[in-house]
Amino acid sequence: MTTDTGSRGAVVPDATGHFGVFGGRFAPEALMAALDELTREFEAAKNDPEFTGELDRLLAEYAGRPSLLTEARRFAEHAGGARVLLKREDLNHTGSHKINNVLGQALLTRRMGKRRVIAETGAGQHGVATATAAALLGLECTVYMGEVDTERQALNVARMRMLGAEVIPVRTGSRTLKDACNEAFRDWVASVDHTHYCIGSVMGPHPFPMMVRDFQRVIGVEARAQCLETTGRLPDAVVACVGGGSNAIGAFHAFIPDASVRLYGFEAGGEGVATGRHAATLVGGSLGVIHGMRTYLLQDDEGQTLETHSISAGLDYPGVGPEHAWLRDTGRAEYRAISDAEAMEAFALLCRTEGIIPAIESAHALAGALQVGRELGPDATIVVCLSGRGDKDMHTAAQFFGLMPGEEKRR
Amino acid sequence: MTVQTAFDKARAEGRAALVGYLPAGFPSVDGAVAAATAMVEAGCDVIEVGLPYTDPLMDGPTIQDAVHRALVGGARVADVFRTVEAVAATGAATLVMTYWNPVDRYGPDAFARDLKSAGGTGLITPDLTPEEAGPWLEASDAHGLDRVFLVALSSTDERLDKITRVCRGFVYAASLMGVTGARAAVDTGAPRLVERTRAVLDRQGSTLPVGLGLGVSNGAQAAEVAGFADGVIVGSAFIRRLLDAPDERAGVEAVRALAAELAEGVRGGR
Repeated sequence: MTTDTGSRGAVVPDATGHFGVFGGRFAPEALMAALDELTREFEAAKNDPEFTGELDRLLAEYAGRPSLLTEARRFAEHAGGARVLLKREDLNHTGSHKINNVLGQALLTRRMGKRRVIAETGAGQHGVATATAAALLGLECTVYMGEVDTERQALNVARMRMLGAEVIPVRTGSRTLKDACNEAFRDWVASVDHTHYCIGSVMGPHPFPMMVRDFQRVIGVEARAQCLETTGRLPDAVVACVGGGSNAIGAFHAFIPDASVRLYGFEAGGEGVATGRHAATLVGGSLGVIHGMRTYLLQDDEGQTLETHSISAGLDYPGVGPEHAWLRDTGRAEYRAISDAEAMEAFALLCRTEGIIPAIESAHALAGALQVGRELGPDATIVVCLSGRGDKDMHTAAQFFGLMPGEEKRR
Repeated sequence: MTVQTAFDKARAEGRAALVGYLPAGFPSVDGAVAAATAMVEAGCDVIEVGLPYTDPLMDGPTIQDAVHRALVGGARVADVFRTVEAVAATGAATLVMTYWNPVDRYGPDAFARDLKSAGGTGLITPDLTPEEAGPWLEASDAHGLDRVFLVALSSTDERLDKITRVCRGFVYAASLMGVTGARAAVDTGAPRLVERTRAVLDRQGSTLPVGLGLGVSNGAQAAEVAGFADGVIVGSAFIRRLLDAPDERAGVEAVRALAAELAEGVRGGR
């Protein structure tokens, strides 16, 4: 394979799922046959007009694609005067970019003759999207969610159950996204004959990082064309939040061959990377293996996974997709941490300047856009992936800002 | 003793070998050594010492519970080597069972060197397949260690061939689709998997033994498995005894009683 990141873009991953030294397939033997089958079916489906036609139809008629590119003029005044264009994944059906991937994988599930999907979820966005696609295609659905997350995202638990999914709170380990992944893998090892594990991010063993990227690529493909149409040129920067990294890869991928476009990923800095209470894997992690892939992760000196922290359930994960690790090491993309407080400030700012309530995950990208805008100056154009809407975060935001009736306002 | 010797001895006695698993540091570092020693005294031929890991995604609730307690108790890799040293001193062949990341972090060569010097005979690696095992194949060759990879009901014949070619010590057949944990019945696919694995080994001209694990919890099941496999692997059922006991001492005696029952089982299967 090549590490060329120039105008053509590199051909990654290679046939065994490696992005340079990252990625691969560190999975139990019991899953290897299913991963091989999935790789074959995905390759076949990509080249099958019936499959791609149905996916395109669902994306257009069901998910609402293409999503808008909205210029945020009042918000931009706080971003050094740079032009800020929001890629509105929040307007998709189910309220986030997750539906792009899930519709693809649900169609693949049906194509493979499987009758059940399982998923892990942090904020509940991927869980809701999976439950939605399962309802649409008549598949059984089980969603694993850390108990801590079921509490901070209770409304999404109700949404998933309303859609007919079984939601299983995971009570092991840190009781967040990482443990939900463990539990989903355990289910899959026992059910792989009839079940597809619909992984929600560009993580896990090959082919997941590649496949999920390909289903999310539509974000950047659309944004690139829309930006050209609106501004007559390419943006100077593309900005996204990174937990596992699916919306970021989706937003970045079409721009990778455009050398003039800077790519920035913003991770969850929690209470600050120096405090150890964060989830900024690419900023503060080290090389290792987790959930089937070689990547950067937050681990101690003996390879034990560290507990992570973020105000955003969807970014509260100790690993990151291997392609991001590769983009970081090759220098094609830059990754930084945004603290809880910075994210919430940007959250409030977008609400009040644009009348758009973002997901707290996406607020990390918005805070990043404020930084990047100030650095690049008023001539710059920045595309921000607004990966999801913030309705699910009202409880957290109301607590953070003291908005509940009877509470003193903190700001 | 090497794993091969332990299996050869059992084979010469016309029985299957008994392989017992316990994580280091559970119920305490010394408690695990005491329990493993009791297992050897009561008839276990091979001991697998588990390396406690935060994300044991091939393990069911019983082993998750035990390794969680071991980690909360402060278990470190050094404790794993100490445990291996103490267990190997009983004369039993002693392997370490571990997820890959702790070895990756330690450095595969350094891990192999320290395992060897503790008297360990090799590694069982549940989340490592030959495709990603390059550094471990090198390190285990350099230090003369066994490497036990898993085969599964879903493995194709092509994969069985690929996996068994890099196995040393024995081949670990995961007898059912699922995570670790005691089951009421041994999966009916198990004999077929052992048979298919043996057929592949025969074609290679290999006499590598095939051990069968995941689900065995009593003497009758051990006897059943001993009827078709070279080794019977038991883990969760031992841990269950330790978890259910009022104290460590009682737990060790309960483990000893189970090992004796299983040892009788592996002698009654043929």
